Amino acid sequence: MKAPTHHPSDELLLDYADGSLTEAEALIVASHLALCPSCRTAVSGFEAIGGALLEDVAPTTVSSDARAAVLAQLDGAMTGPPAPRRVPASSVQAEDLVLPQPLRSYVGVVAHQIVWNPVMRGLDELDIGLDRSAAPKARLIRIRAGMAVPQHTHRGTEMTLVLSGGFQDDMGHFLRGDFAFHDGSVDHRPIADRDADCLCLTVTSAPVRLTGLVGRFLNPFLQF
Amino acid sequence: MLRRQTPHRLLVLMGWQTPKSGRSMTEHNAGVARGNAPLNELLLAVGQSRDRQAFAALFDHFAPRLKSYLLRLGTDAGSAEELVQEAMLLVWRRAETFDPAQANASTWVFTIARNKRIDGIRRERRPEIDPDDPALVPPMPESADVMVETAQETKRLQAAIASLPPEQAELLHLAYFEDIPHSAISSRKGIPLGTVKSRLRLALERLRKVLKEPV
Repeated sequence: MKAPTHHPSDELLLDYADGSLTEAEALIVASHLALCPSCRTAVSGFEAIGGALLEDVAPTTVSSDARAAVLAQLDGAMTGPPAPRRVPASSVQAEDLVLPQPLRSYVGVVAHQIVWNPVMRGLDELDIGLDRSAAPKARLIRIRAGMAVPQHTHRGTEMTLVLSGGFQDDMGHFLRGDFAFHDGSVDHRPIADRDADCLCLTVTSAPVRLTGLVGRFLNPFLQF
Repeated sequence: MLRRQTPHRLLVLMGWQTPKSGRSMTEHNAGVARGNAPLNELLLAVGQSRDRQAFAALFDHFAPRLKSYLLRLGTDAGSAEELVQEAMLLVWRRAETFDPAQANASTWVFTIARNKRIDGIRRERRPEIDPDDPALVPPMPESADVMVETAQETKRLQAAIASLPPEQAELLHLAYFEDIPHSAISSRKGIPLGTVKSRLRLALERLRKVLKEPV
């Protein structure tokens, strides 16, 4: 597979490495990392910076009780829950691997088993219930081959990761593994490639705003 | 540039048996000659043979640092100590998975503490890749995408961080020690977002060079 050509910014990868992203944002960044070796390298580097900063920090005394308690628990600590069993690669079908980990376990089913909710003609979605109303929303969307998402802009930010197929907008052509970041300054109308449906993970911090002639009438009906 | 002496393992350990709080950074940096190698060895000893003495030494080195890290991130003292205990127990349990070819002990412990905090304080899961996932796209052969963190790297990074211009170092510390993304640092500090981004990028660029330098 071709390596992705559109990546999250260094600042976003840093936010992921230092642990300051929300779960939804961290999910889309981690899913990109699964498909992008060069961003994995960048994150490893940022984690190494975290390690160096941890070495540099002035130590704070930990009570001797806490130390004794940990040392006394070492035997018990080994009887914790076993590590999750990994699925051997040979038993997994290629079409089951459209969703990389960690996304696959969040969705709970493989891509072709998803039960979609229709949004409008040519556009379906699946809310990945992270159950945090204030946090950004993560959802899978499917744009039917050759169809366009109505012209829209964003009140907050929108991150998109292509999982299969591809789409084109003013920012370029996006294929599997490619990561797009849009904010209010972008007014776009993504069009799915003609040869296949385009499956994406999106994380939006606020509802999108339709800007096309027809779309403006639809705004009040769009749910976040 | 810090000149490293070959660290004597025992001396290093003894120097860190009784960490004192509130030591200044310079004193703390200049105080003991340490590479990361002894920490890596200690962690390997725990992973391979459940070496309790090695674990106790790791506790004495890391627990007081993890406590500072958690306090800086706004955790109250009681929870910080609890999380330190839980993180150190995870270190014991997961030591087998530590691979010094991929990360140094400090880096590995940092990621455990980071995830523990997200899990314990924010009550959120930490989405991470599964290195055994068959969907994981492997690095191209002979690409520069494989980072090997050497035992000296943490030291070199520490020296590089110490030599960053103060405004870059400040933002870097805020990024790692505040539970806010870079966009929120901008509003918190009253620095324009573009400036936050460019300072962070400059800092990361410099540090990345250190990581790529041949030893």
